[in-house]
Amino acid sequence: MSDSQLATLWVYLSASPLLGLTVTLVAYSAAYRLYEVAGMRPLLHPVVVAVALLIAFLQLSDIGYVDYFEGAQFVHFLLGPATVALAVPLYQQIPKLRQLWLPILAATLVGVCVGALSAVGVARLLGATLHTQLTLAPKSVTAPVAMGISEQIGGLPSLTAVLVVVTGILGAVIGGRLFALLGIRDDSVKGIAMGITAHGIGTARAFQLSTEMGAFSGLAMALSALASALLLPGLLSWLG
Amino acid sequence: MKLIYGITLLLAYQLVGEVGVRALDLPVPGPVAGMLLLFLTLVALGRVPESLSTSAGGLLSHLSLLFVPAGVGIMVHAERIGAEWLPIALALVLSTLLTMAVTAWVMLGTRRLVDRWRPDDER
Repeated sequence: MSDSQLATLWVYLSASPLLGLTVTLVAYSAAYRLYEVAGMRPLLHPVVVAVALLIAFLQLSDIGYVDYFEGAQFVHFLLGPATVALAVPLYQQIPKLRQLWLPILAATLVGVCVGALSAVGVARLLGATLHTQLTLAPKSVTAPVAMGISEQIGGLPSLTAVLVVVTGILGAVIGGRLFALLGIRDDSVKGIAMGITAHGIGTARAFQLSTEMGAFSGLAMALSALASALLLPGLLSWLG
Repeated sequence: MKLIYGITLLLAYQLVGEVGVRALDLPVPGPVAGMLLLFLTLVALGRVPESLSTSAGGLLSHLSLLFVPAGVGIMVHAERIGAEWLPIALALVLSTLLTMAVTAWVMLGTRRLVDRWRPDDER
């Protein structure tokens, strides 16, 4: 293949959605494999490794994020149907929800407010711009909902998405140790706290620790998405 | 066909949710409204259709993958993150610790209160 043919091929590939989509799936598969081989350590979370691999690839091949997203948007799009799909685990938890509805409701409402206000408060004390504070506020909410809230309150939705992912990983990494330190052993309590704080990434981690913890975490993530969408825009309106 | 039915159902509920929140000017993201509508449908139906549990299970079991394209977006925000990395990092770490601890404590505390009030025969 001559240089000019190679150049033409590269021009085609770097502008086609096919490349962005394929490298996303390849990077995630490789990252997931590494995660399994390394004994599912939360620090090697497949999202972290896949994102690092993809950024390295895009930098080396000089492809911009916008071109990459042309392809990756097909994966990103699935966040919407995945949010709708949360209705299924939520429905399956109805017996537990009925039994524990008051503690779960109280924990969700307080947790959602503490999650947003503490992030805004710390960032404000340390002199972050208002824009950054608002972008941080929905960081504990599952990504599609957090991005919607961020847009609504005047943050940067795409940066919010990144902060949501980082928060999820932090929660997944810190969770187990924090619960041990606080002497919390009950799987339902651990699951609710994990889901409120660390949404889907925390829920994925919770399912590894126990099915019950995972189910409660999924329930908390769904409830938090709903409560945050209803409460946060009003709660944060005084900031703007 | 089960997979197709399931995915169609999820997309249809999302569509109804998106259209609904815009038509009624609700402060809720469309997919959340879709989730709520699907949840109410399942409660009315009293079971989860097999096609739906297949598609929902498939999507939710690799939820992490769906975050990757947004995560790569960190490269676009390198400048802002560079300028404000300390407040952002501390806000994330402290808020994550605090939210997790407070949520767990509120749930434990409320459950003890509820247990104390509930008559013994209901326990």
